[in-house]
Order: sequence, then structure tokens, then C-alpha cells
Amino acid sequence: MNQVQNFEIFAPKLVDRKEYFSAGHRACQGCGEVLALRHILKALGDDVVVANATGCMEIISSGYPQSAWEVPYVHVAFENAAAVGSGVEAALKALRRKGRIADRNVKTIAVAGDGGTCDIGLQALSGAMERGHDMIFFCLDNEAYMNTGIQRSSATPFMAATTTSPAGHAIPGQRTQKKNVPEIMVAHKVPYVATACPSYPLDLINKVKKAAAVKGPAYVHVFSMCPTGWRCASEITIKMGRLVVETGVFPLYEVENGKYRLTMEVPEKLRPVGDYLKPQGRFRHLTPSDVEKIQEYVNREWEILLNKVECMQPW
Amino acid sequence: MGKRVGMEVAIAAAEAVALCNIDVAAVYPITPQSHIAEHMADIIHDGRIDAEFITVESEHSAISACAGASAAGARAYTATSSQGLMLMHEILPIVSAMRLPICMANANRAVSGPLNIWNDHTDIMPQRDSGWISLFVENGQEAIDLSIMSFKIAEDPEVMLPCVVNIDGFQLTHMIEPLELPSQAEVAKFLPPRKAFAQLHPDNPISMGCFAMPDTYTETVKAKEVALRAAKKVVTKVFGEWAKRFGRKYSVVETYRAKDADTLMLTMGSMGETAATAVDELRKAGRKVGLVKLRLWRPFPVEEFKAAVQGCKTLIVMDRAISTGGAGGPVATDVKSLLYGDKKKPRVLNVIAGLGGRDLTVGDFVAMFDLAKKKKDETFELYGVRE
Repeated sequence: MNQVQNFEIFAPKLVDRKEYFSAGHRACQGCGEVLALRHILKALGDDVVVANATGCMEIISSGYPQSAWEVPYVHVAFENAAAVGSGVEAALKALRRKGRIADRNVKTIAVAGDGGTCDIGLQALSGAMERGHDMIFFCLDNEAYMNTGIQRSSATPFMAATTTSPAGHAIPGQRTQKKNVPEIMVAHKVPYVATACPSYPLDLINKVKKAAAVKGPAYVHVFSMCPTGWRCASEITIKMGRLVVETGVFPLYEVENGKYRLTMEVPEKLRPVGDYLKPQGRFRHLTPSDVEKIQEYVNREWEILLNKVECMQPW
Repeated sequence: MGKRVGMEVAIAAAEAVALCNIDVAAVYPITPQSHIAEHMADIIHDGRIDAEFITVESEHSAISACAGASAAGARAYTATSSQGLMLMHEILPIVSAMRLPICMANANRAVSGPLNIWNDHTDIMPQRDSGWISLFVENGQEAIDLSIMSFKIAEDPEVMLPCVVNIDGFQLTHMIEPLELPSQAEVAKFLPPRKAFAQLHPDNPISMGCFAMPDTYTETVKAKEVALRAAKKVVTKVFGEWAKRFGRKYSVVETYRAKDADTLMLTMGSMGETAATAVDELRKAGRKVGLVKLRLWRPFPVEEFKAAVQGCKTLIVMDRAISTGGAGGPVATDVKSLLYGDKKKPRVLNVIAGLGGRDLTVGDFVAMFDLAKKKKDETFELYGVRE
């Protein structure tokens, strides 16, 4: 069995006590996305500028004249967080060089949901990563367009019911498998790519710090539980994040210069996917054979990932 | 004063911007803007200016990157044309609402379809209401001068709005003209580095681009409207300062042989010089005709325009765009609604011409003049259609 290699993961006392995202925002009860955001900002500290896409995190945090952001924050539109971030990064670089702002490193981050990353924002993301801006892009993935009322995205998992992929008699939910954007980022030769989940906060914080240490682009795909959109109880948010990892549906790993590493304990056998699917209303219509189909897919993807961990060499 | 050299206008426009101490340029290539993009790349890659050059993957990202850069306090520049401007459309009103003084060159080109890379004004017209200051140039020298002035206008604390300089594609961008570039030292005195009202930096963390509920949205619209209208005064002030420093005089509305004219033609952009020659010919033939040229399209210079057309009996508006299914060309439509309440007003006729690069010669202007004068009603004419 592989062991968790990073001992920093066991140092919760080192987590910044300062809050960079104020309480009193308008997120739903049990929102995994805002929890992820809170940890991300704690990992980054003061010297950061945030470019945010339209979406849940924008809507719950920045209704004029209030703002939950304790760090500099800009929102322009839905599909362009990566492009806006590119501009911020370039400006900070130029202005620092010209002596017009303080001579210290300020990290630019872009934050978008799965729609703003995997669908409408994919082109801007690809461009920004290819150009090599010194910027971290965070996808806070809750697997559908939750802000507009739970419509499917390309990050919605197979068979999940959403308002535009309903569990109909003819078509039972989402027809396609989840788009694998972390892999697309690896294909861009982004120096640091990771998956994370706020149910594993120290792992998430460590990955954000690693991403911040990269001089260049980094991508962190954060699985963000959404009780509202998934039709499950808000108090089981953290448990859902644990289950998605333990079942292998969303494995935690990082890719440093092309070298894959699992950052979760690797079990002898994965937990059955039914444990993760069952508490969620969006999978309520699944038959045992549907669950079996999903199990087979997860097993295959897991094997592929383990192979990559074993075989892929750094660039 | 710099020396006069033969130079392509697109290249001169890039050279002019290079004199402006820009911090970030984000440009995506499109015909006929591409020579601006290429020359800007040359300037930055040769280290002639200290700026970041972002080779974005689309115009949407070009304007978005400029938004980010401008929000972070940089002097940001982009250039585009036609489909590129249409792709930027979504972001244009956001940029003006955020009061980001981005400057842009638009090499005016017809909008598809069918695809057509040649000149008209159909690309800028759908952006009319986006809250940008919109200037039209008539020749290469104006492209240089207005490109430099646009930063000063946009960044004025009373304005803080983005500004687009319209340079007719090919007709101007690809012409080689005798041009005069001011020296770096002269421009530096005229245009110091940008001092942003607010900028994204941890030393003073602020939130920009917050959303507005129904109880505040109308107020933001009003604020933008007030600022854009007030921009006219600043445009005039900057024109005045330019005249003092560089000797070339500009005004928001210009006239040619208009004083005793009973009929005036109204043009924007490169049509102006050809129309002026047509006026000379018509004058020779004894017609009392003159010309009015709109340099400032938004904010519309209402008072100056009305003063320019006062006393004339007929106003022929030459539009290089059409509001399909609407009342005619966008300039004529504006002009008619502005004059509607006036007791003494000219008869307004509208000729739409020069679409998709269709050449407009001196003879065409004379023919359009005759065509308009013969009109019984006030419906628009689409000139030169081969039927």
C-alpha cells in the first residue's frame, strides 16, 4: 500500500487563523464550494489578487455595496476569469518592474466554477495556461450550473439528474461522462496540476501552497460538494467529500512536471460507488445495473490513474 | 516637432501608442488591424518600450485581459476590427461601467455575413450604446494624434471611461501617408504615466465588478451616462492642449464651406476628404453646398452639431452602416431624433453607401448629392445597388 508521503498534512495548527473571506456571505447551508474558497485563501495569505468568474461564489460574495472579500477582488464576466487574471498578472509584473507598485511578489489567482472552467471558460483557460502566466486557476467544481438552477455542465457525472439532464423515461439523466479537465491541463504541460477536496482541508491547503510556489501557471481542480444541487442533506457535505474520494469517483492526486502522485491513502479495494451515490437525490433514479455500469467506469478510470502514477516520468 | 515621414497608417498608429508609456497590450490579430498587432509586437519584442504584450487567444480575451490589467492600474491597449469587435461586445459595457480607461483602435470593417474584410462602419455601430467614447479619424495624421490623445481623455478623473479610435480599414490603415510623429519627450510631457483612481493591490484590498440589485443598477447607468456626457468637455480641453503643444487643431464637429451653404453633407471617418473635394466641385457648378464632419460619435456632440447645421435647409447624412429593418443609417437616425423637437430644422435625407469596401469616389458624392436632392419623401436611399 502507498503511504501518504507529505507529513505537512498532519500539521493543522499551522493553518492561518486569519479569515480572508468574511462570514455573512450568502452561500447555502453546507456549501462545499465556499469552504474550499476559505481554505484556498488561507493558504495564499494577503499577497494575492483574485479574478472571479460569474457564478455562485461571485453572487454570494459581492452584491454591491457589500463584499465578503478581504483580498483584492475583480469580477468581469462568466467565461473570462482566466483572461482577466492574465491581464492582472501582466499589469502587476509591468507596474512592479516600472516601480509603480511595491516591489514584492503578489500572486494572481483565477477562480471559476465548473461551467466557467470546463465549458464556457475553457478557451480562456487554455490560452492563459499556454501563455504561461504566473497564475493559479482554481476550478471549484460542483458538477452543474448551480447558480442558474442546477443545469448540466460537461463536469456533470454520468446519469446525474439536473434540470437540463432530467431523469426522464427515455433519457435517464446526463448522457456523458465527466470531462477530465485536470488531464487537459496536464496536456498543456502546466507545471503543477492537482485535484483536491475541502473534506481534506490540509491536503487542499498544501496543494494550494505548492501551486503558489510555482513560477508560472498552476491548476487546481477542487471537488466542491453542493447539497442544494445534489439533493442531499446539508449536514453530510463533508461526508460526501470523503465518500467521493474513498469510492475512487474523484481521486486526489497531483501532477508535478508530468509526474503523477496520489495524495490519498490507497485502499486494497475501493469502497463501492453505491455508498457515494445513494445519499444523493440526483442519482435516485439509478437501477442496480446503472450503479454497476458506473462502478465499472470508476474501476477502469482508477486503474488508468494508478498506471499513470506508476509509469509517467517527469518532463 | 518630429519630422515628416512616409509611413503606413496602421504602423504609425502602433508607433503613436508606443509613445504613450503603455503598460500592457493584449492583441489578437484580425484583418485589417493586423499590421497594428504585428508592429506592436515588434516594438515590444525589440525592447523599445517597457510593456507586457499578451498574445491572447481571442478578442474576447483581449478585452478581458485589458480589463484585468486596467483594474490593476495599468495603461492598457488593444486593437481590433469587425468580428473581433463583435466578439468583444459582451465585455465592452462592463469595462465602461467599471470605469476602466482602456484605449482601443478599431480598424473599421464590414461585419459578416457574407464574410467581407473591407471597410464600412457596421462593426462599431452595434457597440454604440456600450458607454465607450468613440472617435472617428479622417486620415493618418489624425490616427496618430487621436490615438495619443485618447489615453489622456479616457484617464481624465472626470471621465474614467474607455475610448475607441475608429480608423477606416484599408482605406486608412493600409495607406502610406506623409506623417509626423511627435517625439517621446513631447508626448511624455503631454501624457504622464497613468494614475489610477483605484487599483487591485493587496496594499489596499478593494472589490471591483460587484453586481447590482434593482435598487442600485439604475444609479450605475446614470453615473455612466453623466460621465460619458461630461467627457465631451474633456475631449475639447484635450484637443485644445494638443493644438497648443503640437499645432494641429481639432474639434468634435468640423465644417467645410458650410457658412453660406443651403445644403450640408454629413460624414464620419475617411469619407470626409473625398466629400470635401465633391463639395468643391459642386461649388464650382454653383451649388451652395458644404460639409459637416463628426469626429466625436459618442458622446454625441449635440450643441456643436446643431450649431454646425443651423440655417441650412437640407442635411444629407452619409451613413456607412444600416440599421436593418429600422429607420435607416445609425447616424441619420440619431440626427433626426436630435432635431425632432427643434422649430427650425433642416430637412434630413439619408444615403447609405460604401458598404463592405465599395469605393466612394468624388463622383459618387456628387451623384449621392443629386439623388438626395431629388427625393420626394424622407426614406433612406441605399446608394449604388446593382439590381
